[in-house]
Amino acid sequence: MLALEARDLGRRYPRKWGLRNCSFAIPEGKVAGLVGPNGAGKSTLLRLAAGISRATTGEVRVLGEAVRPNCPGGYPKVGYLDQERPLYKHFRVEELLKYGQHLNRQWYPDVARRWLDELHVPVAARFRSLSIGQQAQVALALCLGKQPELLLLDEPAASLDPLARRKLFGALMDTVADRGTTVFLSSHILSELEPVCDYLVILSNSEVQLSGETERILANHRILVGPREQAAPEGGTVIATANAGRQTTLVVRDLAHRSVGWQEIEPTLEEIVLAYLEVGQ
Amino acid sequence: MAHESMIRFRVDDGSGLPIYRQLIDQVRQAIQLGFLRPGDQLPTVREVVRQVAINPNTVHRAYRDLEIQGLVKGRQGQGTFVVGTLGGPTPVAQGSLRQAMERWVRSARQAGLDEEGMQAILKAALHKVEEEG
Repeated sequence: MLALEARDLGRRYPRKWGLRNCSFAIPEGKVAGLVGPNGAGKSTLLRLAAGISRATTGEVRVLGEAVRPNCPGGYPKVGYLDQERPLYKHFRVEELLKYGQHLNRQWYPDVARRWLDELHVPVAARFRSLSIGQQAQVALALCLGKQPELLLLDEPAASLDPLARRKLFGALMDTVADRGTTVFLSSHILSELEPVCDYLVILSNSEVQLSGETERILANHRILVGPREQAAPEGGTVIATANAGRQTTLVVRDLAHRSVGWQEIEPTLEEIVLAYLEVGQ
Repeated sequence: MAHESMIRFRVDDGSGLPIYRQLIDQVRQAIQLGFLRPGDQLPTVREVVRQVAINPNTVHRAYRDLEIQGLVKGRQGQGTFVVGTLGGPTPVAQGSLRQAMERWVRSARQAGLDEEGMQAILKAALHKVEEEG
């Protein structure tokens, strides 16, 4: 089954499109990264998937069901973490957990509690007194308390130091290994997503530039270096072209056969993503 | 997770090697050096992902490849265990080779050679011996 599917999804703001022509699908059990520069539409997409805002065009389906905004009772199988982590700052952590229990039809108190205990987050402390890393852990614990099948996380590691980020992602990957939870998480830093993601959605300028399994993306792209006046090879889609002196460097998708006169290089994921982001500018 | 792991994995983002390859190399190297021996248990997938924050499928893939190489064996419900050994000198013989190497490195450093210079000499020596057959 598909964990998340967008078909021609779009969201129009008064002055411009926040997201448009957006179609992709994430299979169940994937850890999918949503990567793109600030303002590309990442939060808009996640809010649409979470049923927090209403689509202007198309639809988004989550775990086989069409998302309807403000659906009564919410989506017990979906956990959404907002970028702002909007929690009551003066509450104690244990009070926030109780609050989560009241707000959710489906709630497993032990899950959230064990998560915080393992990460040594003091539950008697007030939220505002915690470190940024611990605050992120509490926010995620509140998402995990309902044992969702799909987690939508908007910049979960933003402003975390490397140790806190590894702890957060380590605990998250443990949940994925244990329960097979599908995760869709955003970041504008690819290197942060690369170790944890096996699926990627590249968003730029309000449009999806590419989506797919990271291994397939790596296998489908090549960098070609050759003389500048040479015509691009046939049987492939040129994503980006960069000229320097007498040389041309191409990023090509679905190269059909070996190209004579070009040096072929296997690109890193970062090189591929950058090529698509430049196209979207 | 009360017990101590038999191997602690590292992930080097800048190495350019896919992470599953890095895990495979680290297990092979530990077996080669005698740090991992037949019967030893590799950390569970959950332990690895929690420690180094990587996708669980990456660990599954590395363990599967190591199994195909005949170095480890997964036992249902128990875990993954080292079953194979790698050819080459015994750990004891390796120890004395390494000591000899360390003596050489010390004298090279005293002679004013840096790492790059030492590697150049090692490469040249390997080349020469190979040519001799």
